[in-house]
Amino acid sequence: MRDRYGVPFWKAVFYLLTAVGFVVLVRRYAYGLGAVTNLSDAYPWGLWIGFDVLCGVGLAAGGFTITTVVYVFNAKRFKPIVRPTILTAFLGYVLVIVALLADLGRPWNLWRPIVLWNPRSVMFEVAWCVMLYTTVLALEFSSLLLEKLRWTRALAVQQAVTLPLVVAGALLSTLHQSSLGSLYLIVPGKLHPLWYTPLLPVLFFLSAIAVGLAMVIVESRLSSRAFGRALEMPLVSEVGRVLVAALGVYAVTRVFDLADRGVLGAAFRPTGEAGLFWLEFLGGVLLPMGRLAAPRVRANTGALYGAALLTVMGFVVHRLNVSITGFESAQGGRYVPAWSELAITLMLVALGFGVFALAVRHLRVYPEAAPARA
Amino acid sequence: MPKRRRSRALLVDITRCIGCRACVGACKEAHGLPGDDTATELSATSLTAMVDQGDLHVRRLCMHCEDPSCASVCPVGALHKTDLGPVAYDARLCLGCRYCMVACPFNVPRYEWTKAVPAVRKCDMCIERVAQGQLPACVDACPVEATVAGDRDELLAEAHHRIAERPGDYHPHVYGETEAGGTSVLFLSPVPFAQLGFVQGLPAEPLPDLTWQVLEKVPGVVTLGGAALLAVWWITHRREEVAAAQTAREDDHA
Repeated sequence: MRDRYGVPFWKAVFYLLTAVGFVVLVRRYAYGLGAVTNLSDAYPWGLWIGFDVLCGVGLAAGGFTITTVVYVFNAKRFKPIVRPTILTAFLGYVLVIVALLADLGRPWNLWRPIVLWNPRSVMFEVAWCVMLYTTVLALEFSSLLLEKLRWTRALAVQQAVTLPLVVAGALLSTLHQSSLGSLYLIVPGKLHPLWYTPLLPVLFFLSAIAVGLAMVIVESRLSSRAFGRALEMPLVSEVGRVLVAALGVYAVTRVFDLADRGVLGAAFRPTGEAGLFWLEFLGGVLLPMGRLAAPRVRANTGALYGAALLTVMGFVVHRLNVSITGFESAQGGRYVPAWSELAITLMLVALGFGVFALAVRHLRVYPEAAPARA
Repeated sequence: MPKRRRSRALLVDITRCIGCRACVGACKEAHGLPGDDTATELSATSLTAMVDQGDLHVRRLCMHCEDPSCASVCPVGALHKTDLGPVAYDARLCLGCRYCMVACPFNVPRYEWTKAVPAVRKCDMCIERVAQGQLPACVDACPVEATVAGDRDELLAEAHHRIAERPGDYHPHVYGETEAGGTSVLFLSPVPFAQLGFVQGLPAEPLPDLTWQVLEKVPGVVTLGGAALLAVWWITHRREEVAAAQTAREDDHA
């Protein structure tokens, strides 16, 4: 048995989510953002920016960390992870662009930052990073397609430019991951002090590295259950070990920053913000870090997966706190996404899973030798 | 930011305002917006509004910052500070990312949420009229000169003059003189501005400096980062080559 519900069930879920999302999208373009979202003048950014874009980009971070480790640091043992992470990152970025097409008020102007330069704008940097890194990812991903099509000459060209692509990808990702944090540097008066810090770009970068690794573990597990294809356990355990270090660096920076700004006390006051902070930091950083520090947890598929999921949860809560809930104390009121906003997000997630599944079935995403688990 | 010599500005004196709402109505008429003069909160169809707080009447409108956050964050420069003074917006360039709304320290820009082709809406200080040497509609409409137009430096001097002349009637601060690096809309009030809901705690430095401190590092990160990565690549692969050569030599000797 591959899955408790089987392929037909998940296919039905996929078609349902895609269909509902598509209908909402049509409504959004016909009647405007107000018709399908709970966005307002006080909360101009909601679920699509907070989750689809901020989390989507972060969850794709494995794409640059693993390729850098393998091709630049020459750690060949991680090579089997390169393909699934590049696939994830490429899909992630394409879906982020789809989300932006839904969220932008005038998406047909999306190309304008190419000719209209405002280098003082973080959003300008973000726009260029999205465009350039998506191109880099498409080129990196192209090897899987070229190999399938047996276009050997094109493949040889692609292989020859691997190093420049990897270096460009690492630089663009560093800029992009951090710049998503820099976006919020301009709102010192609006974002709660538990999240507003001059170190936002650094924290965004460090947490992206951690969550990129966590996603490698999560995907390997899901692929193993759905397709019987996955990474070998010692390798996944090793990723778990690196994840402990990544979470550690992030945790130390986060605590140091809070203490340095003298706002540690805010974490111990009985506020909703403090609760969300602990959910994010205790549940999503310290807990998985502590769990993964134990070798027996890293050796156990289920426990490893659980700790990786906690890391992803902590990351998502952090991004939503920075983009939405952290604004509540200053802006007043509250933003809760409409069901139709959720529908678009679920459609994008479904598309991500669907295309990933398609790729695993038809392209050499995981090495052939990987053990098929029953 | 270069210092603008003859930058147009507005001075709103809350002690003079009688709450007649002529400015709210005139603004709608000048911009062809629907509705009457009753707006108490800014909206996509009310670019100025009036909040009545007891005997005091407080106008809301774009502050037209000297170094505006909205213009600095706009990826395509759809918003920009004109030499004339007003912060202008060109909807044709706008992506609709709404970063300007997030970034504005005064929560001024509004969005046309119900339109299929939406735009950001905010007071433009009647830039077209001002460019022709006319007064902004709200200034023109005010029967008691509660809102007056002029050069920013002159209005600042005038504001301080009024405070000095009748210190008992004024709270001794010109709101907008230093807030967020200074604004082209200045307020005088008989009571502390916090009591009237004005945004407090804004730094005297322009907010765009906060993002620029990071953005100016980008070229350095790219250059140093690129060089570092290539150096690491060279070392790790050179080590491998040396090891391979050594093995080969040992094989030869054997």
